[in-house]
Amino acid sequence: MKSVTNRIFKDRLLKTGIIVLSGLSCVPLLLILGEMLLKGWKQLSWSFLTQSTPTSLEAMLAVNSGERIPGGIANGIVGTLIMVLIATAIAVPIGLLCGIYLSEHRKTRFATTVRFLTELLQGTPSIIIGIIAYLWMVVPMKTHSALAGAIALSIMMLPLIVRSTEETLYLLPASLKEAALALGSSYRSMVIKVLLPALGASMIQWDPTRPSSAVSLLIWQFYNDPNLNSMIWSASLFLLLFVLLLNITAKQISKKWRI
Amino acid sequence: MENITLSFKDVSVAYNADKLAVIHISADIQKNSITSIMGPSGCGKSTLLRAVNRMHELYPNIQITGSIELNGRDILSMNPIEVRRLAGMVFQCPNPFPTMSIYDNVLSGYALNGIKIQRSERDQIVETCLHNVGLWDEVKDNLNKRGSFLSGGQQQRLCIARALALRPDILLMDEPTSALDPIATSRIEDLLVELKKEVTIVIVTHNMGQAARISDYSMFMYLGELIEYDKTEKMFTNPSDKRTEAYLVGKFG
Amino acid sequence: MTKDKVFRTLLLGSALLIVLVCEAVFYSLTSGALPAFRSFGFFRFIGSSQWGVVDGSEHYGALPFIMGTLLTSFVALLLCIPFSLPVAFFVGEYYRNTKLASWVGGVVDLLAGIPSIVYGLWGFYAVRPFIVRIGLSQQGFGILTASVVLAIMIIPYAASLSAEFIRMVPQELKEGAYSLGATRAEVLRRIILPSSASGLVSSYILAIGRALGETMAVTMLIGNTNNLPLSLSDTGNTMASVIANQFGEADGFKLSSLIAIGLVLFLITAAINFVGHLIIKRNTL
Repeated sequence: MKSVTNRIFKDRLLKTGIIVLSGLSCVPLLLILGEMLLKGWKQLSWSFLTQSTPTSLEAMLAVNSGERIPGGIANGIVGTLIMVLIATAIAVPIGLLCGIYLSEHRKTRFATTVRFLTELLQGTPSIIIGIIAYLWMVVPMKTHSALAGAIALSIMMLPLIVRSTEETLYLLPASLKEAALALGSSYRSMVIKVLLPALGASMIQWDPTRPSSAVSLLIWQFYNDPNLNSMIWSASLFLLLFVLLLNITAKQISKKWRI
Repeated sequence: MENITLSFKDVSVAYNADKLAVIHISADIQKNSITSIMGPSGCGKSTLLRAVNRMHELYPNIQITGSIELNGRDILSMNPIEVRRLAGMVFQCPNPFPTMSIYDNVLSGYALNGIKIQRSERDQIVETCLHNVGLWDEVKDNLNKRGSFLSGGQQQRLCIARALALRPDILLMDEPTSALDPIATSRIEDLLVELKKEVTIVIVTHNMGQAARISDYSMFMYLGELIEYDKTEKMFTNPSDKRTEAYLVGKFG
Repeated sequence: MTKDKVFRTLLLGSALLIVLVCEAVFYSLTSGALPAFRSFGFFRFIGSSQWGVVDGSEHYGALPFIMGTLLTSFVALLLCIPFSLPVAFFVGEYYRNTKLASWVGGVVDLLAGIPSIVYGLWGFYAVRPFIVRIGLSQQGFGILTASVVLAIMIIPYAASLSAEFIRMVPQELKEGAYSLGATRAEVLRRIILPSSASGLVSSYILAIGRALGETMAVTMLIGNTNNLPLSLSDTGNTMASVIANQFGEADGFKLSSLIAIGLVLFLITAAINFVGHLIIKRNTL
């Protein structure tokens, strides 16, 4: 028989190990934040956010004369905004409607198929959605465009919206739905007036890394252009802070709106 | 003195600094008897019982004062994992381990405590314990099936067998039949009367009929205090406190 | 038609649209990949490790990239488990419902929110030099570097999923085990782990699904060579990174081959995700 002290020792050992390893898992966040802050802080300014990216030549001239590279990432920010707006305009209505459909028809074979396909779409890597956007938009239009990006983004957003809509509606107490029906309101106004406001909370919990793709693309460009290289850090820092802020805000809002 | 298994000495349990759930309770539990603890919900009866098994320590902020002695040893100064082996516990809802077979459920106390025993001895323990709870004939052909396939009453008897397998000094039962139907309940009651030859039993119940049917001694608790503690016969026929009487005639609870 | 009918038609239409989008995605990938499959044959395409112009004729095989993907994802999973499992126990059991757990959970969520490109940059400028310094590789590029960063990227995902399953283990079972005198470590090993095992397995399957398709960070770290990677210090490409790297200037057979790789990646992730979700559904219904 194992002694009690031995067992207690093992118990403490495991707990300590779990605490240490959990702590270690948080370290990369500090390392990444620290690296970005240290290297990107200097260049991050108001003009960095409001001016557009310089050409490679302009940047080279500035570096050669020892100046700070002029310009910023405004084009990336604007591009992102346009893309997110278009993508939202496409994906939200479709996603909401489809989510409502799935919550109304939980057990039919068609609904099960649609649910399965939504899951499939959700798990599809973004590089593949990228290929699709290329095949559907870039090839026929013969040019890269914000619209192609927006289509890709909307395909990525769609499954998230469908699932969170369905889940929110599912969790909503049946009494609420029945009460709305009992008052004689029509089916459509019931769904819109009673159910939709409750969706707000989950709507915000989209994966915030995805809409940031235009800025990501810009960083990729900086990374591959030796003259623009020093702009990587401030752009990344901006992206990082933006995403973290979005993440924290989303959490606060969803906490407040929870029913 | 050797007739006393468990004794509470001025025991108080506090959930917060200012909210006492159990207030200055002193009582001795007789060996090889069934003692029932009754009282309206929220009177602290479960809290008192769980304190014996140190279950309150699973939750932070619960403070306990006074002393509890099990066969003369102060259990509050012992290590909780030793105490829990000496004091078996059966819960309100049957909770056999769903990932283990019936056989392994009976032996789970040994497995969890890392005690290695030989195959023949294991078979022996399983058979005796299942016999003791009257489950052997019902499950002997299905020992390798999951415990969760049994009926509620069978599951609860399996949990009793699981607790008995460790040969505890005392068996603590927290409303063990409140989730069961009348037939399963009466089987468990018969079983407890049998079992008291082997082990001292303390049972928390808010079923007065049950207390009257099976227990030798009864405690009545109200708002955290021990109001009355006497032989069951005496308490049910001639309670000495008005509050006990009011409870027994169904005025509250 | 009444308004209600219009609305119901819209609902059905949008559900049909999802089906249509999926079919279109599959159709586009398949038809784009067809020239490659037709000229090389599906199994030769998957099984060949030639990539590029050999002896004046084009030949494309996906084996190096399939290998690279499986290798990086698998190593990332191995590196991820010893950290994500403790986090899951920390958040879902030891400190559940405490401020501390919500802090650690919050940090892990923030890690999940960091864009891939930022992980890539950090990997390039911080992890890669470190790998060079400890002498694991000359250049610092390769399977190992990519896997390390990939592991850090999937830790949050695996941890929050598995914490969910650990939290679901009923308190009565744990109390039952404690009442028999078990220590917390013993309860963890004999009750919590077996009860949540299938959930944990599905968490890690879904985490692999994430790792398979990860692009930006891997592309920046894996070295981007077309050879078949056989050890951790080798450079290589994953299916996602070869697409990201070569799609821009590809045409003809090469483009078709890249799309074919996309199709294979799509099918693999679909299968992995399907199995993961299947295990979850089996155990929650």
